[in-house]
Amino acid sequence: MFTLFANNWPTYLSGFGYTIAASVLALIASLILGTVFALLEVSESRALRGLASTYIEIFRNIPLLVVTMVFYLVIPMYVVKINGFTAGTIGLSLYTSAFIAETIRSGINAVRSGQMEGARSNGMTYIEAMRYVILPQAFRFSLPALGNQFVNLVKNSSVLSFVAGFDLMYQADSIAFSTYQVLPSYLIVGIFYLILTMPLSYYMKHLEKGGRKQDV
Amino acid sequence: MRKVTKALLVSLLALFMAGCGKPRGNEYHQIVKTKTITWGIKTDTRLFGLLSVKSGKEEGFELDLARAMTKQMLGPTGQAKFVQTTAKTKIPLLLSRSVDVVLATMTITSARQKIVAFTHPYFAAGQSILVKDSSPIKGIKSLNRRGIVVLAVKGTTAVDNMKKFAPKARVQEYDDYVQAFAALKSGQGDAMTTDNGILAGIASENRGYHLAGKTFTDEPYGMALNKHQPDLRNALNKSLAVLKQNGTYRRLVEKWFTGIKGFSVKEAEH
Repeated sequence: MFTLFANNWPTYLSGFGYTIAASVLALIASLILGTVFALLEVSESRALRGLASTYIEIFRNIPLLVVTMVFYLVIPMYVVKINGFTAGTIGLSLYTSAFIAETIRSGINAVRSGQMEGARSNGMTYIEAMRYVILPQAFRFSLPALGNQFVNLVKNSSVLSFVAGFDLMYQADSIAFSTYQVLPSYLIVGIFYLILTMPLSYYMKHLEKGGRKQDV
Repeated sequence: MRKVTKALLVSLLALFMAGCGKPRGNEYHQIVKTKTITWGIKTDTRLFGLLSVKSGKEEGFELDLARAMTKQMLGPTGQAKFVQTTAKTKIPLLLSRSVDVVLATMTITSARQKIVAFTHPYFAAGQSILVKDSSPIKGIKSLNRRGIVVLAVKGTTAVDNMKKFAPKARVQEYDDYVQAFAALKSGQGDAMTTDNGILAGIASENRGYHLAGKTFTDEPYGMALNKHQPDLRNALNKSLAVLKQNGTYRRLVEKWFTGIKGFSVKEAEH
């Protein structure tokens, strides 16, 4: 296993780079999109609520692979040429954003309704109340669940390997089937994913603790 | 708690390692005893091994050959069992003994011979390229340019060959031929490359695509089996020789490959 890594480390590292890039981009995009759709879901307008829940239900209920394949194979035929990395990252962002929207919505719902009423009666607009009173608390409530989503996102980024996105999994496939050392190739890739997901989990735990202290 | 986890991990790993090196019995005796040969076959490759959507059955040259080989080796009561493999999974499945013999468009190479054993070749393929009819690409030489993207399938010899014949081109790898061809169709690459027989199968079903240029490698297909199984290997070679002699082999080649554009039946026979 060590010689396998010694012989192939540049390949693994380049895959690691693509996986990190895709994960970071998708994390930012899905957090923004997810928050927007969560806000739409709790808005007072029926049309906006309908729009948000349609979006969420579509991307939450279609397998990630299908979403990615559509962006990879169908969009280039009719709209614009996008490569595997871009298609994979877009698919990953949209898919995860649906779950994040649901997570944040439940966080918003967990904030007592009196808070909104209090903020509004103190002269804040709806948007101000959301921005300064409700959302900060909602994020704190959602932290554990958000942490899960982020870890899932990193692991789901392996979908890039199906569309030639050059990520960790793609490189592992390529190493495994040129050296025929299948098990070691994937064990190494597992370790790389751990290097990404473990610190993320710990950081989320750390945030949770910090969040609780402020509450008291 | 930590210690327990560690101990568990270590013992799991040990189990893995032990599993890898377990001694194998004589597979030929097993096959004769159970009267069953488990063949690793393709189900995504037209003409060779394809799962027909209409009949729900596997069909193709390699399937027919596997059935004929089974009858030849075990007599009329012999059973051929089929397990689907891909370029990615065929060697792992063989090593884990999920299949006895792999008969799945597998080129005999020296790198593979270090891991598995091969029978005599049963098909003489060669690598070629498939392009859209409107493509300016005329053959392998026009692929060796920067900016050219060539689509291939993970774990095939085509990937390594591209590094040799067109090192400037970028190779993108997919899980199977269906996905690679879908990528070609949607414009994700300039050409798709693999063995001529496989490409001919795709071209015969999809208008607007053709094989560009001649084959530029020799890719003799062999049946793969586990190493250190001389009895099984001899039995397979003997049956193949008999089928070639009594005309069965020739009949199968003609059945599947006659009339395919740009494909020579004579060249394919080994």
